[in-house]
Amino acid sequence: MLHYLLSRLLRAAVSIIMVVTFVFVVLRMSGDPAMVIMGADAPPEAIDAFRKSWGLDQPLWIQYFSFFEAVFSGELGRSMRDGRDAMAVVLERVPSTLALTMPAFLVNLIVGVPAGVYAALHRNSLIDRCVMVMAVTGFAVPSFILAMLLVLILSVNLGWLPSAGQDSWLNAILPIATMGFGGAALLARFTRSAMLEVLGQPYIRTASAKGLPWSAVVWRHALQNAAIPTITIIGFMLGGLVAGAVVVESVFSWPGVGRLLVISVANRDLAIVQAIVLMIAITMVAANMIVDVLYGLVDPRMHGQARPARR
Amino acid sequence: MSAGTADLLEARDLARSYTVRRGLLGRPTAVRAVDGISLRVARGETLGLVGESGCGKSTTARLVLGIEPPDTGSVIFDGNAMPPSGTAAWANLRRRMQMVYQDPLAALDRRLAVGVQIAEPLDIHRIGTAAEREERVAAVMAEVGLQPHHVARHPQSLSGGQRQRAVIARALVTNPDLLVCDEPISALDVSIQALVLNLLTDLQERLKMGMLFVSHDLRAVRQISQRVAVMYLGRIVEEGDPDAVLHDPAHPYTQALVSAIPHPGKTTNRVILQGDPPNPANRPTGCAFHPRCPVATATCRTETPELKPRRSDGRRVACHIAHGEAAAARAPALLETC
Amino acid sequence: MAFVEIQNLSVAFGRSPALRGINLAVERGEAVGLVGESGCGKSVTWLAALGLLPASATVRGSVLIDGTEILGAPKARLEPVRGGRIAMIFQDPAASLNPVHRIGRQIGEALGLHRGMTGQRAKAEVIRLLDQVGIPDAKNRINAYPHELSGGQNQRVMIAMALAGEPELLVADEPTTALDVTIQAQILDLLTTLRRDTGMALVLISHDLGVVSETCSRIAVMYAGRIVEEAPSAQIFTHPSHPYTRGLMGALPPLSGARRRLVAIPGSVPEAAHMPQGCAFAPRCNAATDRCAEVDPVPLPLTQDHSAACIHARPYRQAGHPSHHHAATTRERAMQ
Repeated sequence: MLHYLLSRLLRAAVSIIMVVTFVFVVLRMSGDPAMVIMGADAPPEAIDAFRKSWGLDQPLWIQYFSFFEAVFSGELGRSMRDGRDAMAVVLERVPSTLALTMPAFLVNLIVGVPAGVYAALHRNSLIDRCVMVMAVTGFAVPSFILAMLLVLILSVNLGWLPSAGQDSWLNAILPIATMGFGGAALLARFTRSAMLEVLGQPYIRTASAKGLPWSAVVWRHALQNAAIPTITIIGFMLGGLVAGAVVVESVFSWPGVGRLLVISVANRDLAIVQAIVLMIAITMVAANMIVDVLYGLVDPRMHGQARPARR
Repeated sequence: MSAGTADLLEARDLARSYTVRRGLLGRPTAVRAVDGISLRVARGETLGLVGESGCGKSTTARLVLGIEPPDTGSVIFDGNAMPPSGTAAWANLRRRMQMVYQDPLAALDRRLAVGVQIAEPLDIHRIGTAAEREERVAAVMAEVGLQPHHVARHPQSLSGGQRQRAVIARALVTNPDLLVCDEPISALDVSIQALVLNLLTDLQERLKMGMLFVSHDLRAVRQISQRVAVMYLGRIVEEGDPDAVLHDPAHPYTQALVSAIPHPGKTTNRVILQGDPPNPANRPTGCAFHPRCPVATATCRTETPELKPRRSDGRRVACHIAHGEAAAARAPALLETC
Repeated sequence: MAFVEIQNLSVAFGRSPALRGINLAVERGEAVGLVGESGCGKSVTWLAALGLLPASATVRGSVLIDGTEILGAPKARLEPVRGGRIAMIFQDPAASLNPVHRIGRQIGEALGLHRGMTGQRAKAEVIRLLDQVGIPDAKNRINAYPHELSGGQNQRVMIAMALAGEPELLVADEPTTALDVTIQAQILDLLTTLRRDTGMALVLISHDLGVVSETCSRIAVMYAGRIVEEAPSAQIFTHPSHPYTRGLMGALPPLSGARRRLVAIPGSVPEAAHMPQGCAFAPRCNAATDRCAEVDPVPLPLTQDHSAACIHARPYRQAGHPSHHHAATTRERAMQ
């Protein structure tokens, strides 16, 4: 198990190095940052000064290493708009985003997984069909449309809930509902198919043939096996906790990381965009790491050690 | 054996290892799938290659066709060394050596009509005009007993036997000199197995091909082969005339294999081997069979027996005891009565 | 009364019949072989009897255990039978064990269900069972996962799990098909030993006549959802009376003697949705007459304990049984 963890950790480290390299390359390839930021009609002296202060006049490999140095010491430059430290600007918004995505994630789990399991166990029943219709709808309808529908019905027509801002916890309900529904739909679909796959396996028949009541077959034998593929999709959702609210935050004017990203892209605030992209990448890698560890706990075949004589 | 005529296929000392690594940090270990195999197939002759799963028989089949390169050893086809796989010369040679696979449904493309698939080797090797190809496909389909109207059928609308006929037709369409069959009947029902065995026997008699018939089924091998080689853990442990090997097996492993054949009405006591075949990654010293061998001696644990003709009757066997180089630890189980 | 009595059992998936009326009795301690090719219904028979088929299957008929009906019985009556009075093992042992549970736990589960054993007592019994089925180093092996064992060892674990409920009947569904020949010999030997030691009955389902003939005293041959011939093992081989049985034997390459051309059965098994009129085997039968396409044959006795569902099958005199009068008269009565 230790061996397994070490190899996963190594893989995560390699992934992060690759992401940083990727960001470096992409930023250099998308044009001269000085020109992009200062504007094409800026005076040449100003551009030169900018290049010097950002180290853009150094050879590429030196830039590459100083970029790494900067990234790992958290120095991601300063915001073009107000000159504040980019990382600080981004981190400041994180709690606000988590206030939406964490409850939404819980809704995904609490609604999505049981709905999927129930649908699989009652395949082709009325409830199964309802769950599947909801799941397909949640999957097919883009979140901004769902968000606007909710606003239209619950805020504009009924006037029950506020439509934008961050004045009270009531403001969070609509964005959480939007994200919760979409994620739960995805998870329900996925859980259902994982569960159906497991229920068709010979070991389920063995468990029944052993004389176990059906409920015990499901609880003891089916769920843990169905959890294995489901964990992957939950991992993706976990990775999206920080960044997963770009659209919803914009629609509801929620001052989170997602909205910051949209504004920064519009303003060409490169340092902020870069900081956000790196942070998203790192949370994704971390989420993957967690998934791998969970895999190791749930699936003994992943321990990857001491496999004697299997032909 | 075909001493006088030139061999169609000769493999000398083929060996092939795979490197297996467990996880990113795992220590790579070499698994010797095939560990020094020599065999010959003459024109018009069938060599049966028998063994249990993991013994390296399928790897051997791929090696002799050049689909995989051997680590050491060489393959000589029709008097010339096999060109390296992937080269134009090898691709050209492939039309003279074809393969029949275990699972016909997996070997055929579900989306294509069987006629198209049978013609495929002709297309690949650019043989003949469109009309000639069509004619050849019709001829080869008749040869394997498919009806002309099957040409437009898709694999899933054919029966199991018809599918394997289509696979065989595809292999025969280029008029190969060598046919390698890798477990061609083990995925089929008993009654269909008989059809395919009859068909292969007939075809070989008519077309005078050389054939390598890889199977775990000694019955099928006896039915179809003129010679049989028994493999255990990457090596040939016994080789000879099928009837001789079946009725008087010399190697203790062959003895166990023969006695394990389920047989209607059989009442004799059987040799039951203990344990499972060992992991090729962890090959026992000396004779690889000694941990399961009922008659193994101290010599068997340390010295690797060589495959060579037995003095009494010339049977090729790799066993110290069969050669009289070591006295059996106890009476061979076959002779025990209870 | 026989231990298990299956009467007129039929199963259909949608409009396709998988079983078309099976009658089979298994006596206490008896070993019965069920032989046939894929899709003949040999596995479905026992899955249906134990209520293990998906809900989409329509099951009719009767399955009596010691005279008690279990077909369509409430769970409370069915669950103690499953794994308790009748245990079942399957073809692919690795896939038939739960990959995420240790084998000790999986066997212990059956002990808890059927013998109320838990904790140290259960653990000791699991070790004893693993020992009994020939798993070396049982004390440590209880903590192994199925993927850490070979196919043969996994089948031994399945057998240990089946024995945990001290069943009166073990149904082994193609238990050696996925295994190598030498491992097959080990498992068959184990089944025979266990049956001798425990006195349980055995139903061995196989596509291989050779496998069942060595292990079982009585054989039933199935074709297209019916039992077409049933006899003591020895008589099946000396007097195969249904053309399909003869076909199965002719298709098997001989181990000695001159190499003859194999007698293959032409054509293929009829699709369940398109069963031919009359005898289902008639379109493939080399002895079929016009009448075979009209009459759906019922099993007729040929001797005291041999029956075949073929209108051309004839009674014969059995060595050691001077009179076959009874069989002949029953037969005449049945044919009218």
